[in-house]
Amino acid sequence: MVMGRNIEAIKRNVYRDIKKNYQLYLIVLLPLIYIIVFKYYPMYGAQIAFKDFVATKGIIGSQWVGLDNFRRFFKSYQIWTLFKNTLSISVYQLIAGFPFPIILALALNNAQNLRFKKLVQTTTYIPHFISTVVIVGIIMQFLNPRFGLINSIIEYFGGEPVNFMGSPQYFKTIYVLSGIWQNAGWGTVIYLSALSSIDPELHAAAIVDGASIFKRVIHIDLPGILPTVVILLIMNAGSIMNVGFEKILLMQNPLNLRTSEVISTYVYKVGLASPMGNYSYSTAIGLFNSVVNFILLVIVNQIAKRVGETSLW
Amino acid sequence: MNVRKLSLEDEIFMFINNSFLVVFFLMVFYPILYIVSASLSSTDAVMSGEVWLIPVRPTLKGYAAVFRNNSILIGYGNSLYYTVFGTILNLFMTIIAAYPLSRKDFKARNVIMFLFTFTMMFSGGLIPSFLLIKNLNILNTRWAMIIPVAMRVWNVIVTRTYYQSTISNELLEAAQLDGCNDLKFMWYVVIPLSKAISAVMVMFYAVGHWNSFFNALIYLNEKKLYPLQIILRDILIMNSIDTDMLMDPDAQSEMLGLRELLKYALIIVASMPVLCLYPFVQKHFVKGIMIGAIKG
Repeated sequence: MVMGRNIEAIKRNVYRDIKKNYQLYLIVLLPLIYIIVFKYYPMYGAQIAFKDFVATKGIIGSQWVGLDNFRRFFKSYQIWTLFKNTLSISVYQLIAGFPFPIILALALNNAQNLRFKKLVQTTTYIPHFISTVVIVGIIMQFLNPRFGLINSIIEYFGGEPVNFMGSPQYFKTIYVLSGIWQNAGWGTVIYLSALSSIDPELHAAAIVDGASIFKRVIHIDLPGILPTVVILLIMNAGSIMNVGFEKILLMQNPLNLRTSEVISTYVYKVGLASPMGNYSYSTAIGLFNSVVNFILLVIVNQIAKRVGETSLW
Repeated sequence: MNVRKLSLEDEIFMFINNSFLVVFFLMVFYPILYIVSASLSSTDAVMSGEVWLIPVRPTLKGYAAVFRNNSILIGYGNSLYYTVFGTILNLFMTIIAAYPLSRKDFKARNVIMFLFTFTMMFSGGLIPSFLLIKNLNILNTRWAMIIPVAMRVWNVIVTRTYYQSTISNELLEAAQLDGCNDLKFMWYVVIPLSKAISAVMVMFYAVGHWNSFFNALIYLNEKKLYPLQIILRDILIMNSIDTDMLMDPDAQSEMLGLRELLKYALIIVASMPVLCLYPFVQKHFVKGIMIGAIKG
């Protein structure tokens, strides 16, 4: 009874709001349709992970096979390599890449010569705007065994040229270092804005007390940007299964595949890159990855909530 | 700031601080300088590794080869097309999504907001999206480069946050008293008052379209539709250059060298549109990040 009355009341409320704000509903209609068609319909389509998809039968008509596709993935010999590569690349990237913009932002914040600061900022932001394809192209030019810059330097000092892109052991390092080169400068923007909102009184008081610049960085600047650091760490940790798919795909070649194949590139290859693409199997792997990712994001956010009272939502 | 004499400890700290900045600056700057110099040097200088800092025996041969290549020119044109029309649609969709969501008296706002943000954390995946495009019959058409990326939820949230902080409630109430409805208010008041955020969005989306590569890889398979990034991949990464593009007969002997030179020139030419707008882009991007950083 009570439930029924509540639902009635809600219905009346919604109806009244639609009547009052019908134009707002009208305005938001197109974006809403876009989201439903291009974001939610694929989630509905992801059910082919549990089916044996045949194009002529369609999503609904294909035969239900339950967890067969997932079982196949867990039994496949690649799975451990894929996991190992995915996790090690993103953890490597997180450990090596995450602190860098923070240190850089703190250093920039200390710089007293404004023109020097501006020059460093403007230059180090540039690579962020270059496309992934061009970045990988640059990497390959520089590491070219015959006339690349890096090998010219190695030879200049009397070393033997190295085929970096063809050696599996270098893949992760090349990926992570080029990522730092491209994004560390731009990564400072958000920290610099957090630093600029720190109350200058704090610094003034610390100076009176005779604190050195280093002490002020540690005791004022760093705590001041900590909430921002935590939020960004959450976002990064939550997408640990989503390594830079495009860049890895572009950097791959048959020689380095042993260390460069990750879950997302494998999903692409199984599903679309081979002539006999297995849609269902590919979707199952992708779905598994999305679910793990989502759970990670929720867990990390819970931890952050408990530890630092900051969270994404 | 009052100028004080630094203590010895601070002197040392500032020396380390600035050295770190200089080293990082050089690490980013040197490769860029090297690419520019290499693209302007002669082929044999590039091949023999003579280029270190400034162009050696400067020529424009690399650039000439770029502009003589048909697939690069077609790709350039296609990328411009996708960028211009894609960005127009993006701006339209983002504004009409963000405005209703910025209105606190809009009851459906929380539900729609949840529907939108959930898609940032979970997606149906590659194959279901591909099947959708296929079923919509826009595979291998120009639409496939524009419609599936008509709007980014993150950008909607940034824009909405901006509206909430700049368009005051009093303004809306005053307009409503004068008999202005929501559509008119959005068109005549909100949009003209928030040109700054629109500029930010144009920049975000345009750079995204220009640099986008993967959608073209999976949705297109005709050369005449390929955007520049696909052509770039073929030349820079797959190392496949049609021999007919090196039409200059004198160049045949030094084809290999010209190929390397062309790559450096191509890197510059492909990044030019974004880098020309760079000062503008940079300012607006920083602004966009700042707005995004204020949790809405």
